[in-house]
Amino acid sequence: MNVELTLNGEAVSWESEPHEFLTELLRRHGLIGTKRGCESGDCGACAVLLDGEEVPSCLVLAAQAHGHEVTTIEGLGSWERPHPIQEAFVDGTAVQCGYCTPGMVIAAKAYLDRKGGGPLSEREARELLAGHVCRCTGYVKPIAAVLRAAEALGDPRSAGEEERA
Amino acid sequence: MSQDWDTGRGSMGEYDRFRVVNRSRRRVDALKLALGKGTYTDDIAHTIDGLLHLKVLWSPHAHARIVSIDTSEAERVPGVVLILHHGNVPRVPYTTAGQGHPEPSPYDAYVFPRKVRYVGDRVACVAAESELAAARAVAKIKVEYEVLEPVFDPRRALEPGAPLVHDEEEATGICGYDKSRNLVCEMKVEHGDVDDAFARADVVLEREYEVPYQAQCPLEPHCALTWFDEDRRLVVRVATQVPFHSRRILARILGLPLHRIRVIKPRIGGGFGSKQEILLEDLPALVTLRTGRPARLFYTRQEELRSARTRHPQLLRWKTGANRDGTLVAQELEVLANTGAYGAHALTVQSCTAGKTLPLYVAEAYRFLMKTVYTNLPIAGAFRGYGGPQGFFAMECHMDEVASLLGMDPAEFRSKNLIGPGSENPLAKALGEGKEGPPQRIRSCEIQQCIARGKEAIGWERRGTFPQRGPLRRGIGMAALMHGSGIPGVDMASASIKLNDDGSFNLLVGATDIGTGSDTILSQIAAEALGVPLEKIVIYSSDTDITPFDKGAYASSTTYISGMSVKKACDKVVEQLKDAAWEMWQHAGDPCERSSLRHEDEHVRRPDGKALSYAEICLSTFYEHDQHQIMDHASHMSFECPPPFAAHFAEVEVDTETGGVKLLKYVAAVDCGVPIHPENCEGQNEGGAMTMMGYALSEDFVFDGGGALLNDTFRHYKQFTSLDMPPFETILCLSYEPSGPFGAKSVSEIPTDGPGPAIANAIADALGIRFRKLPITPEDIRRAWRERTEPAASAS
Ligand code: FES
Ligand code: FES
Repeated sequence: MNVELTLNGEAVSWESEPHEFLTELLRRHGLIGTKRGCESGDCGACAVLLDGEEVPSCLVLAAQAHGHEVTTIEGLGSWERPHPIQEAFVDGTAVQCGYCTPGMVIAAKAYLDRKGGGPLSEREARELLAGHVCRCTGYVKPIAAVLRAAEALGDPRSAGEEERA
Repeated sequence: MSQDWDTGRGSMGEYDRFRVVNRSRRRVDALKLALGKGTYTDDIAHTIDGLLHLKVLWSPHAHARIVSIDTSEAERVPGVVLILHHGNVPRVPYTTAGQGHPEPSPYDAYVFPRKVRYVGDRVACVAAESELAAARAVAKIKVEYEVLEPVFDPRRALEPGAPLVHDEEEATGICGYDKSRNLVCEMKVEHGDVDDAFARADVVLEREYEVPYQAQCPLEPHCALTWFDEDRRLVVRVATQVPFHSRRILARILGLPLHRIRVIKPRIGGGFGSKQEILLEDLPALVTLRTGRPARLFYTRQEELRSARTRHPQLLRWKTGANRDGTLVAQELEVLANTGAYGAHALTVQSCTAGKTLPLYVAEAYRFLMKTVYTNLPIAGAFRGYGGPQGFFAMECHMDEVASLLGMDPAEFRSKNLIGPGSENPLAKALGEGKEGPPQRIRSCEIQQCIARGKEAIGWERRGTFPQRGPLRRGIGMAALMHGSGIPGVDMASASIKLNDDGSFNLLVGATDIGTGSDTILSQIAAEALGVPLEKIVIYSSDTDITPFDKGAYASSTTYISGMSVKKACDKVVEQLKDAAWEMWQHAGDPCERSSLRHEDEHVRRPDGKALSYAEICLSTFYEHDQHQIMDHASHMSFECPPPFAAHFAEVEVDTETGGVKLLKYVAAVDCGVPIHPENCEGQNEGGAMTMMGYALSEDFVFDGGGALLNDTFRHYKQFTSLDMPPFETILCLSYEPSGPFGAKSVSEIPTDGPGPAIANAIADALGIRFRKLPITPEDIRRAWRERTEPAASAS
């Protein structure tokens, strides 16, 4: 069967088997930023945006993405222009082994987009990361990074363009 | 404190001169990882043509002899290429423990055992064109088992007549091995006249403690890819903490000359000790050797929880003799540890249980008795903390109990008895790495500062003032800690460095960054030593063909040992740079004093203000005059093992109606010498402590009656999440360790030692009930609270 979707803004049409999950489909095509930590929906390492909503791609059949928009970590920022959430994780030393980082960044992106600006509480930052297992950081710095990112994104002057101090 | 012994205090002025170390720079790999571009082991699998996928058949029995294996039906599954099992793979005894040679662990493992020893032991392995085909074939392998009586309780394992886990002929290195027992190893260490000291002590207290299994849970499961390169050498790309040990042990298992194997460590998604193990790379390696094709094995989370490694469960008995004035007189620790089905790290983890704990307090006499036994349960091994968390739970709970017996404040009682700068470690010799260890004497030590500042941060003076009524009860607890920095006299690391014609440097290290940040730390050390910005260091780590040797990422050794090898190599290159600059000036007819040259800001400078940049020097030595490559290498091994020190504090609120424990605040004050990257040190503290908050309150292995792990998913194995993590404060208490690179000692393992006892002590403070077994669950608390408050109800 053929799965047609909009991936990171571009239309793609990929061959897939009915039993294939979205994680597998993406990784087969080189989108390796989407990680496998449990393949049972319990760790968040495989998070992607499906029509802007965060989903664990290990529980989404590739076929379910047919006709939808999928955004992966690769679609968020680039070497030249990292997304402000990515910048905040990097600058805040919130990345240790980094295996959980793409999923956490995706989670923050989904939440902040949905919220559409305004200040973020610490509680909200904790809750949006709650489905994301990280055995390295103890969550202290990822929570702080999400709060910093929200601040940066909420500030119309920065809008992700400027060098962050 | 002795006069001639350098405790580092004289070097504290160094702090002000640091430019790159002791600063929280952007980690060198962080942006790549945040962009999703870090390539972990499995991230190249989609680019490998003809890759075979492996699936393992695991034992459903805790203890059974394999009578026969019938693979005929499995072989007919389309796509199946090879099926391995004990009948077609040579039986070579080895240990999966990724330790230095000779490993101080018994050779009691086989690629495929003839007798399975726990639920999750290897039985067979299928290689097929797809994962699905491999899984289908695994389900079609027919195995006839002769089921044997299992043994699960470590006390029972020692009884005469208990089922024997290892009765095979070939095993070696099982200490005191005698086939009638399940004893893996035992130790008896004494210092001073223990019985006499106890007899003279004013008070003697003896208590028993118990700690459970715990799973490392690196978010990246174990994974290995293997293939032949164009010279038909075996390439092994594996999620490992120990690439050089992996190569050595693989050569032994596979019967290949070591030089025919190349082990590559790519990005690693966490290890915490579980990847200090030659856990799975032997299987794809065998498939590649037999088929000539690339092969891949990627553990599922369930396999990871059932069949990888764990923290050794222990029963501990602690006995203390003290005088009424609060002076400790004697300490005795007896440990009965369960290593599960195989003995990886059995001796060394348990010897660290004593080695990391007992010397923290000065006493006249010490005794350590230890037995480690086999059972038919999951295999224990290396886990961040390496025996420390077990011992500190017992000791630091016990210190609170002794303080309370003496009517003393627990912090004051500890402070009175702690070791300090200049103290000798009386047990260092007896508790070496499977052999006699070098003597140890403390240089840098700021534990008193850790306690003082930690008390202030948690509000220690509030302890004992909380209202003793209502369903919610508050309490504050603490623990004092120390750990080590590397294995003295054993761990060796090396680095090489070369200059490029833009003044940058290639730094090659055997050290293995598994997410710890060591690529950044080692680059910072190089940049500081060379006098260049961090961006001028290009680091490449751990590839057995390319980088020099390093023992691997374990024993809190990378900053201290590997870091020193980097610093030494850089210091040598600085001398070469000065020689070359001197020679250039000489050649240009503008001579100077060699000894007057300084290096700083990417230049070699003379007192008269003239300077040559590293780029100019490199261009000259490449193309013009006295042509040579400026490069050098260095190795480092230390007979010293400077302990980092810490004091942890927890404030809890216990709901006596539900038994729930809420952590209100956690403070970790640590003396890790000079923190090379302060935010990274904080991160190590936060992550290490969080893992162990789970150990204290929620993580445990639940088995069914047949020894099968029931909570083998992330949904049911309860780690702390972002919602559970309390407000956390790390306090870096600076010291300067004279034997470490730029004053540094280790930081990664010590945070794992604290949460168990600090939280248990806080709960005891809140409820007046002492829990001596981890995890402390709501059920335990409810039961104990009911027994205390409604004795009649619990009796009925
Ligand atoms: S891999 Fe999808 S949630 Fe863990
Ligand atoms: S940084 Fe390693 S799991 Fe989060």
